[in-house]
Amino acid sequence: MKTLSTLALASALGISALGALPAQAEDIQLLNASYDPTRELYQDYNQLFSQWYEEQTGDTVTVEQSHGGSGGQSRSVIDGLPADVVTLALGYDIDAIADRTGKIPEDWQSKLPHNSAPYTSTIVFLVRKGNPKNIQDWDDLTKDDVEVITPNPKTSGGARWNFLAGWIYILKQELGDLSKLDDPQYADEVESAQAAAQQYVSELYQHVPVLDSGARGATNTFVQRGLGDVLLAWENEAFLATQELGQDQFDIVVPSVSILTEPPVTVVEGNVENKGEGAEKAANAYLEHLYSPEAQKLIAANYYRPINPEAADPEDVARFPDLELHTVNEIFGGWRKAQETYFNDGGVFDKIYQP
Amino acid sequence: MNTQATKIQRRPAPTEASPWVRYLLSALALVIIGLFLILPLVSVLAEAFREGWQAYISAITDRYTRHAILLTLTTALICVPLNTVFGIAAAWCIARFQFPGRSLLTTLIDLPFSVSPVIAGLVFILIFGSQGWFGGWFTAHGFPIIFALPGIVLATMFVTLPFVARELIPLMQEQGSEQEEASIMLGAGPWKMFWTITLPRIKWGLLYGVILCNARAMGEFGAVSVVSGHIRGSTNTLPLHVEILYNEYQFSAAFAVATLLAGLAIVTLIVKSIVEWRQQRQWENATQ
Amino acid sequence: MSQRKSMLPGFGLSLGITVFTVSLLVLIPLLALVTRSAELSLGGIWDTLADRRVLAAFRVSFSTAFAAAFLNIFMGLVVAWVLVRYPLPFKRFWDSLIDLPFALPTAVAGIVLTTLYSPNGWLGQFFADLGIRVAFTPLGITIALIFIGLPFVVRTVEPILQDLDRQQEEASTSLGASRWQTFRRVLLPPLIPAILTGFSLAFARGLGEYGSVIFIAGNMPMKSEIVPLLIVTKLEQYNYPGATVIALASLVVAFVMLLVINGLQHWTRKRTGRG
Repeated sequence: MKTLSTLALASALGISALGALPAQAEDIQLLNASYDPTRELYQDYNQLFSQWYEEQTGDTVTVEQSHGGSGGQSRSVIDGLPADVVTLALGYDIDAIADRTGKIPEDWQSKLPHNSAPYTSTIVFLVRKGNPKNIQDWDDLTKDDVEVITPNPKTSGGARWNFLAGWIYILKQELGDLSKLDDPQYADEVESAQAAAQQYVSELYQHVPVLDSGARGATNTFVQRGLGDVLLAWENEAFLATQELGQDQFDIVVPSVSILTEPPVTVVEGNVENKGEGAEKAANAYLEHLYSPEAQKLIAANYYRPINPEAADPEDVARFPDLELHTVNEIFGGWRKAQETYFNDGGVFDKIYQP
Repeated sequence: MNTQATKIQRRPAPTEASPWVRYLLSALALVIIGLFLILPLVSVLAEAFREGWQAYISAITDRYTRHAILLTLTTALICVPLNTVFGIAAAWCIARFQFPGRSLLTTLIDLPFSVSPVIAGLVFILIFGSQGWFGGWFTAHGFPIIFALPGIVLATMFVTLPFVARELIPLMQEQGSEQEEASIMLGAGPWKMFWTITLPRIKWGLLYGVILCNARAMGEFGAVSVVSGHIRGSTNTLPLHVEILYNEYQFSAAFAVATLLAGLAIVTLIVKSIVEWRQQRQWENATQ
Repeated sequence: MSQRKSMLPGFGLSLGITVFTVSLLVLIPLLALVTRSAELSLGGIWDTLADRRVLAAFRVSFSTAFAAAFLNIFMGLVVAWVLVRYPLPFKRFWDSLIDLPFALPTAVAGIVLTTLYSPNGWLGQFFADLGIRVAFTPLGITIALIFIGLPFVVRTVEPILQDLDRQQEEASTSLGASRWQTFRRVLLPPLIPAILTGFSLAFARGLGEYGSVIFIAGNMPMKSEIVPLLIVTKLEQYNYPGATVIALASLVVAFVMLLVINGLQHWTRKRTGRG
């Protein structure tokens, strides 16, 4: 059976150029478990991919979507959600699946280019039109009369990026040069900078009136319910909100420093291998094709920063502002460490709410 | 309704409050009903049609909406008959027999009413999730429970378990068992007794329980949300679909789908009123 | 065991179906909850429950459910009184409408109430002008729970009110008591068990309510985070023992509430002599 479908695949690849489809064309169903703000992106991409894959192989692929807070989605896969690919907000949520189920190999992040992140984004501010509270940078968020909307870092990936982005800003303010972080000679200075950052985030969360469980809920609260003065948002989410929900209602404010978010993707091998070789091939192709020029173009059109900007529409690329971006690996020594220090039970985030 | 109104008119004056109190209280009651019950209903409609008929039609005929409707109907179609059989069986043994542990059994049947639906979802994950007791076995044998139809059905059955039984137990206790005993003594078989004596006497109460059970089965959110996995076009029930649309900035579409559920609620209320009316008439006839 | 009623058939079958279903759907799941909690040591269970955030969530859930059920006593009493006693056009319609919260799916209730009471909503804007924020605060949770709990008091009080003996009322009035005195001395006492039953039902439902509340609750730890949400949050962070322990604690509360309700209903039945 398996060899048959491989043969079919091979022959399909060979003869599809002639327009003759093999009789053994498969109907493949894949499930993509993703995080909140990628709904529109994958709606478009699934169409693009299905069409392309059918042209290539004759197999029809239908991709089903499941969306939610990144941490919650990861938990669902651990509990048995039969996702074939996961496209989550941050690496730790995929690490968690790998650790707890073994369905994903430990070295998953090296399987695809750019740390398995086919697109990046960053964290920016979305404010009400005209920026009435005059919010320009991270330190404006803790001004007395400012209300900040951000989701719950325990369940939302975007919220964890928000938290860390603010943290980086304070480190940068305090240290001036972030390379001091790795230099033992500045250990004292670094320690006081870290303390200042913790002080800052605990003040920041005093200004948060609602903690939604996912980024989408937070955007809804800000945009639709009219709550808060500033939304800490994925850049793509902020663009989407301004473009689709009211050009004249919101402005995007780009802070001086932010974090380079790298939402990774990987195949859940332990799930897809039960579906046969055809599905496995399709799942791998689904993620690899995200790096293709067509997909990169689509990614930019959906407000994510493409890995390969040359492939994208220059107009789309021009929308992305230039700002100083740092990665989690550079500042926090990777996601596992960051998760443990800041977001696990008893971590820094929990301490914020302990008086 | 009429009997009620004429009764009131026949009342002697001394127990009537002054007209002012009456008007005030009536107005207050209508304000409460209006504010808490009618306004929400109206606003579902208003929000649903905010973008016009066309948007409404396309929202409720969307592929994913149709699938959600299908899944919700399937779930109700499995849960409601099963819970009906359970409710009749439970009412029969509890109302007609004395046995040790009877009141414990009654309490256990009632329990789902006061347990948070979230807990209902959680317990099935503890049992059937991949990390749970039997989850690995079921998944390995190609029969996943959680994040699939069986999980949704189990969670729904849990929350709707008491509806039919709770309606029937007091009814059958009140009716007593003389007629059934008589039919057995006259030589009727158990099924004949059930179809000719028991069922006709409980049919309105049964229908009442079934309607409420159905409304809850179609509308359950918390328990199903925990076990569903939110796969569009696969494990997304109508109430979950409302939430998903709401989270996709498709507010009008979310409310459009919500009108379907609100419509279900209204139909439930209408059928319920009719059943109540028939039940009351049956009872009045029986007592005359 | 089944003494005089033993002549009826079907005991074995019906008991079998009942016990099987209850075991499968209620007992085994509860057993799972207990054993999974037992994976934690007593100290661990204590630490989970004594956590400030967990305690705060219990406080929010209890206080909002209590406030809503308490307000429902008065609103339910007024509505039941008017529906039973006063001539009202379209009475049957108003009366059927009372059950709407039972029939309307909670998710729909949640998004509608949030839309109504958010600062830019139909009702929320008036509150916003007064500087009161309803949605995303404990006040919003209370409103959602009032909606959910309203039918309980109305439906438990209505039948008692219908059966009340008018003669006592007339006697009291003719003896010179004012309307208010008559209400307090003659009408209220027989209603009290029904009111308490309605209150406890609404309270128990409010403690566990999820769908209609999560949209309107602000979900802020320590301020507007309710227990069911905390369970889901713990679950989504892979913290199964934590979720299970909190679930078990609220289950115990639910069980106690159930005993109270059953006791109250027993009392009601005894006092009013009806089934």
